[in-house]
Amino acid sequence: MNWVNAVIQGMLLGGQYALIACGLSLMFGVMRIVNIAHGDLAVCGAYLGLVLSSALGVPVWVTLPLLLPAAFLAGMALQVLLFGRALRHGVLAPVLVTFGLSVMIENLLQVAATSDPRGLNGGALALASFHIGSGITVSWLFLTAFLTACTVLSCLQLLLSRTSWGRKVRATADDVDTARLVGIRVRPVFATVAGIAVATAALAGVFIGTIGTFDPLAGTNTLIFAFEAVVIGGIGSLWGTLVGGVALGVTQVVVGEINQAYAVLAVNLLFLAVLTVRPGGLFTSRQAVRELQGLGAPG
Amino acid sequence: MSRDTAIGSRGAQPSVTPVTVSRWSRTASAFTGVCLVAVVILAVVPYVIGGPAEQPLITLLTFIAMASQWNLLAGFSGLTSFGQNAYIGVGAYALYLVAAGGINPFAGIILAAIAAAVVSLPVSALVLRLSGGYFAVATLVVAATFQIIASLSPSVGGTTGVSVPGLAGYGDVLREALIYWATLAVAVASVAGVCVLVRRTFGLDARAVSSDPVGAASSGVRVGRIRLLAYLAAAGGAGAVGALIALQTLYVEPTTVFSIQYSVYMLFLVLVGGMGTIEGPIVGALVLFALQETLSAYGAWYLVIVGCLAVVATLAASRGLWGLASERFGWSLLPVGYRVRQEE
Repeated sequence: MNWVNAVIQGMLLGGQYALIACGLSLMFGVMRIVNIAHGDLAVCGAYLGLVLSSALGVPVWVTLPLLLPAAFLAGMALQVLLFGRALRHGVLAPVLVTFGLSVMIENLLQVAATSDPRGLNGGALALASFHIGSGITVSWLFLTAFLTACTVLSCLQLLLSRTSWGRKVRATADDVDTARLVGIRVRPVFATVAGIAVATAALAGVFIGTIGTFDPLAGTNTLIFAFEAVVIGGIGSLWGTLVGGVALGVTQVVVGEINQAYAVLAVNLLFLAVLTVRPGGLFTSRQAVRELQGLGAPG
Repeated sequence: MSRDTAIGSRGAQPSVTPVTVSRWSRTASAFTGVCLVAVVILAVVPYVIGGPAEQPLITLLTFIAMASQWNLLAGFSGLTSFGQNAYIGVGAYALYLVAAGGINPFAGIILAAIAAAVVSLPVSALVLRLSGGYFAVATLVVAATFQIIASLSPSVGGTTGVSVPGLAGYGDVLREALIYWATLAVAVASVAGVCVLVRRTFGLDARAVSSDPVGAASSGVRVGRIRLLAYLAAAGGAGAVGALIALQTLYVEPTTVFSIQYSVYMLFLVLVGGMGTIEGPIVGALVLFALQETLSAYGAWYLVIVGCLAVVATLAASRGLWGLASERFGWSLLPVGYRVRQEE
C-alpha cells in the first residue's frame, strides 16, 4: 500500500512541476527563449501572494484575481523591456539577459524580504484531506494543484489550437518572418505569451508557497525541476510537460520512500538518463530536437 | 615579421594592390611587452609588499582566470555554461584527495585540473547534445547533481566537508606566498592558453561554430570536436581554480565549492568586460574587482548592481566595455587577429 501511496503522491507532486514548467515550455516554443529567471519569477509570485494576503488578511487564494493580472502585466513588461530586445542580439543574448535577471531578482528579494523561509496562508484548504481505502490520504491542496495544472494545460492547448490568437502564436512559433509577412503583429503576440508564461509561473509559485516554504534563492531549484519536466516530456509539447512533471514527481516520492537523501539525486539522474537515451524527450518532433541541438533554423 | 606573407603580388592582375598580412603590430608588440613586465612585477609582490597585497591580488587573479576560461567557452565557442561550478567543486575535491594521498598540494593543482577535464569528458557527451539555453540549464543540473553526490559521499566528509591536509609544514607567510604564485601561474596560464588557442585555427573555427554551427559544419569545421575541446579546456581550468580555492580556504565543503556564485561571477566578468576578446575578461575582472571593493559593504545590492550592469551590457554593448573601447579607438592589443595593410 505504501508504494501505491507513493505513486499517487508523486503524481500529484508532478502536477506542480508541470504547472511551473508549462510557461517555460511555452516561451521556448514560441520565442525560442529559455527563461533562466522562470523559477525566480515563480518565487516572486509567491512573495507577491504573501504581501497581498497578509495586507488584506485573507487566504492567498482570494488574492489570485489581483495577483494573476499583475503577473501577466509584469510578463508583458519583461518581454517588451528585456526579452524582446535580447532576441534582436542573437541566440545567446536571451540566455545571458535572463540569467542576469535571475541573479537580480534573487538578490533583490534577499534585500527586501531577508533570507528567512516563508510560507503562504492557504486557509482551510491547506489542511483538509480525504482518505482512499485504508492507507492512502490525499491532501486537497495537492489535488487542487494537480487539477489546476491539468486545467491550465487544457486551456492553453485549447487557446493554441482553437482561437485566432492561437493560430497567430503557432504561425509565429513556426516562422517569425513569414508570420510578419502575412500581417501578424508579432510583438503583441510575444507580449501576451510572456504574460501568460509569467502568470502561470506566479500561480505555480503560490502553490509552492502554500504547500511548502520558499526563500529568495528557491528559484534556481524551481527552474531546474521545471526544465527537467520540459526536457523529459519533450520540447514544445504541453501534454508531454505534464507527463514529464509526473515522471519527476513519482521518481522523487518513490525514491524518497526508500531513502530521502537520494530523492533529488534520482530525479537529476532520471533527467540525465532521458538526455542520453532520448535527447528530445518522450513526446517531441524531430524539428524540435534539431532546434534543441542548435541545428535547426528557427525563424 | 617572419610570418608576414605577401598576397596579390604575382603580377597576373596588375590592378590588385599588393597587401601585407601580419599578426603583429607596433601596439601589439608593445602591449605584449607590457604584459610580460606586469607578470614579472606581480611575481615579485610577495618579496616587496608581502601579505597585505596578496589577498586582494589573489581575488583579482582568480577573477581573471575564471573570466578567461568562461570566455573561451561562451565567448569564442558559444557554449554558455552556467555549471562551471561543477568543475570548480571537482577540482577542490581532487585537490583534497591528492593531498590526502600524500602528494604535495601545490603539485596537486595540475592533477586537479586533469581530474576535472577527465570528469568533464563523459559529461560533455550528454550536455553537448544541447545548445543555447538548454545547454545552459543542463549544465546547471550537472553541477547540482555533482553537489548532491559529494554530499552523499562519506569518504569526502559528506555534507560537513573535509579539511585539506599537507599544508601544516609551511609557515603562514610562505604558504600565503605559494598560494599567490600558484594563483598567478593559473591566471597567466589561462590567459596565455586562450591566446594561443585563439591564434591557431581553433580560434576561427570556434567563432564559426558559435555564430552558425550549421554553416560551420558545411564549411568543413568539425563542430563537435571544437565544442569538446573548448569544454574540456574550460573544465580543466575550472578544476585548477577549484584547487586554488581549496588551498586558500583549507576546507572543502559541498555547498561552498559547488556554489553557483562562481558561475554567476564568470558570466558577469565576461559580459561586463566583453565577450569574445582576450582583453575583455581582464577588463571585466578589473572593473568587477574595483566594484566589489567599493560596494562590498552593501552585500546583496552589489550583485543586484552587477546583474543590472550585465543585462545592460548584453543589450546595449554586447561586446562589453572592452568592445566599446576597441571599436571607438581601433585598439587591438594582442597579436590574435590578422592585420591587412596596403604596401606602399
